[in-house]
Amino acid sequence: MQDNMRRKAKELLSGGAVRVVIGYGEGSGGGVRALFVRKPEDADRLIYDERCVQNLAVYLTRREVKALGKPAIVARVPVMRTIRQLMIEKQAAEGDLAVIGVSSDGSLLDFPDLKSMAEYVSSIPFELSSDERAAVGKLEKMTAGERWDWWRGQFSRCIKCYACRQSCPLCYCERCTVECNQPQWISVPSHGLGNLEWHVMRAMHLAGRCVNCGDCSRACPVNIPLNLLTQKIIKDISEEFGDTEEYALNTFKPDDKEDFIR
Amino acid sequence: MEKMTIQAGAIEELFGRIRSGGRRILAPVDKSGAIVFDEISSYGQVASGYIQTTLSAKEAVLPRFEEILRFRSEGKGVVFEEESNKALPTVVFGLRPCDARSLSVVSAVFERDYPDPFVRSKIENTVLIGVSCAQSDEYCFCTSVGGGPGDTTGSDLLLTRIDDAVFLAEIITEKGESIVSMAQELFARAGDVDKNSHCAKVSRYFDLEELGKRLPAMFDSPVWDGQSLRCLGCGTCSFVCPSCTCFDIQDETDGPRGIRLRCWDSCGFAQFTLHTSGHNPREVQGKRWRQRIMHKFSYQPGGLGEAGCVGCGRCSRACPVDMNLLQHIQEILEAD
Repeated sequence: MQDNMRRKAKELLSGGAVRVVIGYGEGSGGGVRALFVRKPEDADRLIYDERCVQNLAVYLTRREVKALGKPAIVARVPVMRTIRQLMIEKQAAEGDLAVIGVSSDGSLLDFPDLKSMAEYVSSIPFELSSDERAAVGKLEKMTAGERWDWWRGQFSRCIKCYACRQSCPLCYCERCTVECNQPQWISVPSHGLGNLEWHVMRAMHLAGRCVNCGDCSRACPVNIPLNLLTQKIIKDISEEFGDTEEYALNTFKPDDKEDFIR
Repeated sequence: MEKMTIQAGAIEELFGRIRSGGRRILAPVDKSGAIVFDEISSYGQVASGYIQTTLSAKEAVLPRFEEILRFRSEGKGVVFEEESNKALPTVVFGLRPCDARSLSVVSAVFERDYPDPFVRSKIENTVLIGVSCAQSDEYCFCTSVGGGPGDTTGSDLLLTRIDDAVFLAEIITEKGESIVSMAQELFARAGDVDKNSHCAKVSRYFDLEELGKRLPAMFDSPVWDGQSLRCLGCGTCSFVCPSCTCFDIQDETDGPRGIRLRCWDSCGFAQFTLHTSGHNPREVQGKRWRQRIMHKFSYQPGGLGEAGCVGCGRCSRACPVDMNLLQHIQEILEAD
């Protein structure tokens, strides 16, 4: 698999199909880190194993990475889901990038175009794992007061470093709501209110968009389980609206059954 | 410097004396796997088995946010009210020697052009009881920036565990002496102890002076864009850093009343140097990353007389994308 990936990367780079391959390389502390391969001979530094979980699609919308030229990206299923979502949101278009796909069982996937990648990933059911459902269920069983206290305790550690936002490939806004100060929608200091407003706002902006890659939680330096917020929303949307090709936050129907929205 | 010993079993009693003397105790506690300084009432609450706390002890003197002004509008004027930000008599227990050193950087920054009353009063009201490092990891590089796993600089009292039951206690300042004098009978005079044999061994990886000399000529080096390509532009490195001091000012108002808050800020954020005009002198991450390195290892040594880094390794451990500071410094030193 790793050899195939390196071969594919070399082929894409030497043929001039892409200018950079975004993949994983060895990092420190026994971990891996994002690797930007720009020369075919460097493709042998690419690795792929179970440690490679960062959602590299975060780099697709970054100005510094875009400046390198057309990329190919090593993409597991959540990353392919992200690219599909970025296409829906007009942040990526056919021809913008190549995908070196990796299936759930770890084999290399070759797609002729992004459309076929999107079709492939749409055919894989998007659902929470049983562990994730159990964790969300535990919160749902709490009373509103218990849940409030639980989240307040979690958010009390937040230092507003915005690693959750910056690591999220779907938080690509050049100007985030929290950075608007006229009016100031979200309180900036990392006090109870500021942290609550921030995390609730971020979760709501990801409604129907979050691909459950888990990077927000992995990035958090103080271990706030932020993906529980988005997982709850994923569960609610699935229960309320079923599987839909549209994304919930952006969908408005004049014949909506709820009359408050009309 | 006086050298004493104290039994580990006597720390609880020492904490009792400190608390009944009117001081709160901040110490490392485990919160969902994050080791953070928080107020404790018993030695049993202190976390163990970690190399380094997740957040630093900086927060004791420079909180993530703090009130610096309170005001209300009256007619066409503004009336200032007394702010509520008063330093509490505090003991910070269990900070690492690198953190104790870092507070001198914080203090130097906030004394430089104008003595900041909030930082100053907190430093004056805080006693630092450091604990030497028995372990280190690949991210630690205190010895490359002038510190060490048993360095006494900055601590008022430094404890070093010399066996399961006993700490060596080095009394470094008068504040440290005042803590010992609260519970003199808990301390015994120390015999000959080879402290270093009980401390972690941290290799010296680079020469701080050489780095400081190289940096000014590297302003336009391609190294910055290369190193920062994977950087996500969050503020984690700055916020876990014990010697980062940049802040933002926020006014929060409710009707005619308001408070002005000083909040941590980070040079990693795209907005950090964004001008009102829309121009941003650090428009790409490479320029922001360069600023972080230059500030700590070139500007601060020049302006403050000490580096803005104590080698605690937190930024590297906490970075979501493995921006390893030590590796980056080594690469900078090897760059053409």
